[in-house]
Amino acid sequence: MKQTISVLVENQAGVLNRITGLFSRRAFNIESLAVGVTDDPTVSRITIIVDSGNNMVEQVEKQLNKLIEVIKVRTLEETNLIGRELMILKVNANNKTRQDIMTICEIMGAKVDDISPTSMTLELSAEPDRLDTFQAMMRPFSILEVARTGVIAVQKGGGKI
Amino acid sequence: MNGAQALIESLKREQVEQIFGYAGATICPAADALKDTPEIAYTLVRTEQNAGHMASGYARVSGKVGVCMVTSGPGATNLITGIATAYMDSIPIVAITGQVPSHLLGRDIFQEVDITGAVAPFSKHSYLVKHVNDIPRIVREAFHIASTGRPGPVLIDIPIDIQQAQLKKFEWPETVNIRGYKPSVKGNDLQIKRVAATIAKAKQPLICAGGGVWLADAREELLELAERAHIPVVKTMMGISLMPTDHPLNMGMIGAHGNHCANQALAKSDLLIMVGTRAADRAITSPDEIQRRMATIHIDVDPAEIGKNMQAAVPLVGNVKVILRQLLDLDIPVSDSADWLAKLRDYRKAELGRVFPQRPGSVFPGTAVRRLGAKLDDDAVVCVDVGQNQIFTCKYLPQKHGRLLTSGGLGTMGYALPAAIGAKTALPDRQTIVVCGDGSFQMSMNELAAIKAGNLDIKILLFRNHTLGLVHQIQQTPPYHGPFGVDLDGSPDFETIASAYGIPTITVTEEDQLDESIDHFLAHKGCCLMICQVHPSVSTTD
Ligand SMILES: Cc1ncc(C[n+]2csc(CCOP(=O)(O)OP(=O)(O)O)c2C)c(N)n1
Ligand SMILES: [Mg+2]
Repeated sequence: MKQTISVLVENQAGVLNRITGLFSRRAFNIESLAVGVTDDPTVSRITIIVDSGNNMVEQVEKQLNKLIEVIKVRTLEETNLIGRELMILKVNANNKTRQDIMTICEIMGAKVDDISPTSMTLELSAEPDRLDTFQAMMRPFSILEVARTGVIAVQKGGGKI
Repeated sequence: MNGAQALIESLKREQVEQIFGYAGATICPAADALKDTPEIAYTLVRTEQNAGHMASGYARVSGKVGVCMVTSGPGATNLITGIATAYMDSIPIVAITGQVPSHLLGRDIFQEVDITGAVAPFSKHSYLVKHVNDIPRIVREAFHIASTGRPGPVLIDIPIDIQQAQLKKFEWPETVNIRGYKPSVKGNDLQIKRVAATIAKAKQPLICAGGGVWLADAREELLELAERAHIPVVKTMMGISLMPTDHPLNMGMIGAHGNHCANQALAKSDLLIMVGTRAADRAITSPDEIQRRMATIHIDVDPAEIGKNMQAAVPLVGNVKVILRQLLDLDIPVSDSADWLAKLRDYRKAELGRVFPQRPGSVFPGTAVRRLGAKLDDDAVVCVDVGQNQIFTCKYLPQKHGRLLTSGGLGTMGYALPAAIGAKTALPDRQTIVVCGDGSFQMSMNELAAIKAGNLDIKILLFRNHTLGLVHQIQQTPPYHGPFGVDLDGSPDFETIASAYGIPTITVTEEDQLDESIDHFLAHKGCCLMICQVHPSVSTTD
C-alpha cells in the first residue's frame, strides 16, 4: 500500500543525507521524495511516498522521529490529502501530430512550455495517477524526455502538522 | 580564546575529568589547550578503537558521558568500531575528531575522511563544526543528546582552522533547546494502570530486564517491583549483573547462549514484562512464538524499539526508572505466583549445581569462573570479551553486587581489556577483572601499555585454547565441515609478553590448582595475568 509521509526537518546541510541513509539502512523503499523549504526558512518539508505495510510505516515514522534534526513526522491519510506532482515532458511533434497532442493537453489540463519544429515541451501538475495517464497518452508520439518532481502533499482542511 | 580552548572549556563545563585519546596533526590545537588543563586527565591509548572502548567502560560504571579524542583520517576511521560498539549497547560517549581545514573539505587532501558521513548509521548524532562560535552550543548539545533518552555515541568533527580561529565571546548556553529532540520521561498514567491490572491477573509472570535498566539507573526500582509483586526475573546479556545470583527471584540469562532455567521460564510464562530491553535476536530467538503465547508489556525509553522486534500488548514509553517508580506508587498487586516460582526454583537449583566435565591437563572455563566469582569483591567490575569465554562467564560467573561489562550488541572482540581500563580509571578503588580468550586478548593486548603507564591494578584472566573457540565450535556443527582458519598458530608466549610490560603471570593447567592460584592472582598488588589452559574441543554446550 502506498503511504504519504510528511516530515518537517531543520533546513540544514546533511539532513537529507541522514534521511535517505536511514531508509536504505533499514531496508525501507522510497517511491518518491520531494524537498522544499517551508514558510519558515529554518524548516524544510520532505514528502516521502513509501510502498509498504502499516507495520513498516510505523517503524519508518519512529525511526525518522529519532533523527535529531527531524522536527515532526506525520503519515497523511490517503482519503484526506491533497497530493500533487509536477511533470515536464518533451515529445516528438510535427505538423501532422501537433494538433492531436494539443487536444490531449486540453483534455488533461497540460500547458505547452516550449515548441520547436520537431518537438513540444509540456507541463502538467496533477495527482501522480493522472500524470501516468498523460504520459501513456504521449507515448505513441515518442517521448524524448520526462522529468517528474515526486509528490508533495498536505492534509485537507484547516489543520497543520 | 581560540576554538580549541573553547572546546576544552566546554568540556570542563560538562564536568569532564578524563579523555581517552590519540595524537595527530589535526587535533594538535585541542591537545595544546588540554596541556594547560590539569582538571582533565588524559590517557593515551595504543589504537583509536580502544579510546572508544575505554570511554565506554568509563561511562558504564560512572554514569557519566565517556569522552575520546582522536585525529582525522586514519585516527577517525580506527575509532569507528568503538563508536559502533557503543551505539549497539546504547552507551553515552562523545567522540571528538580533528578534521582537515574547512576550505579544503571535500578535496580528498591528506588524512581527510568524511567521518560524520561514515558514522551516521551507528551514531546517535554527529556535528561537523562550521563556525568557531558554535563550539560551546554544540558541545552542550552533544552531551545532552548522548546522555538523555536512549543514550548513545555523538561525534563532533572539528576542522583544524576552526580550532585555531578566535571566538568573539565564549557563551555557555544555560539550557539546551533542540526542537526535534524531546525524549519522553514519564509513562502514560492510563497505561501504567493497565500494566498493574495485567500483572494482577497473571499466574506465571516474568520480568525480562536488559541494559536499559542500568542506563536509567533503575536497578533498585526493578528489584523492588520483582520483590513486591513476587515476579521472577530473567536478564539479557546486557542486564546480567542487575541481580545477585543467589537472589531467590533470579532465574538467569535468557537467549541462544543463555541459562536453561531462564529459557524455560520464558517459554512457559503467561505474562512477559520487558524492561529496558529490545528483545534482540540473540536474546529472544522466536519473538513470534512468544507473542502468540503470552501477554507482553514493554517498558522502554525508545518508542522505536516497541513493536520493532515484537509487538507488545501494553507499550510503555519513557524513562525506565521513572516508569517503574510510577508503577510502584500504585499499589501493585502481589501476583499469585507461588507454584510458578517453586517450579522455576527447581530448574534453577539444578542448573547452579550442575557438574562440569573435567579433563586432566586443562581447566574447564565454567569451573574457573565459578571459583573466581566466589572469591571476588562484592562490588567487583568484570569485563568479559567475546567468544566461549564470554558465554561461560555470562552463564556461570556468580554475580554479587558488582557489574559485568561486555559488548552485547556488536560482539566486538577486544572490548574487555580497554573497557576495564576505562572502568578502572573511573572507579580506581573497585576490583576490576578482565576475562578474555587468546584470540580476543591478541586484539587489544597493546593496551597493556596503558595499564602500565597508568599503573592500573587490573586482573586479566585469559582462557588459552589455541583457537577462536566459539567459531571453531560453530564450524564443527552442520552445515559446516570442520574448523578452518581458527587455529591461533603463531600466538606468542603470553607470559613473555606480560613480563615485557612488567606484569607477572600465573598459569593454571589443573583444576585442583585453581583455588590457590586465584587467591594469589587476586592478592597480587597491581596488574596480573592468569592463564587457564583450556582444551580446544570444549564447547559452550558441555
Ligand atoms: C572483531 C571481531 N572479529 C571477529 C569476531 C567473530 N568471533 C566471535 S567469537 C570469536 C572467537 C573468539 O576467540 P577467543 O577470543 O580465543 O575466545 P574463545 O571463543 O576461544 O573463548 C570470533 C572470531 C568477532 N566477534 N569480533
Ligand atoms: Mg580462544
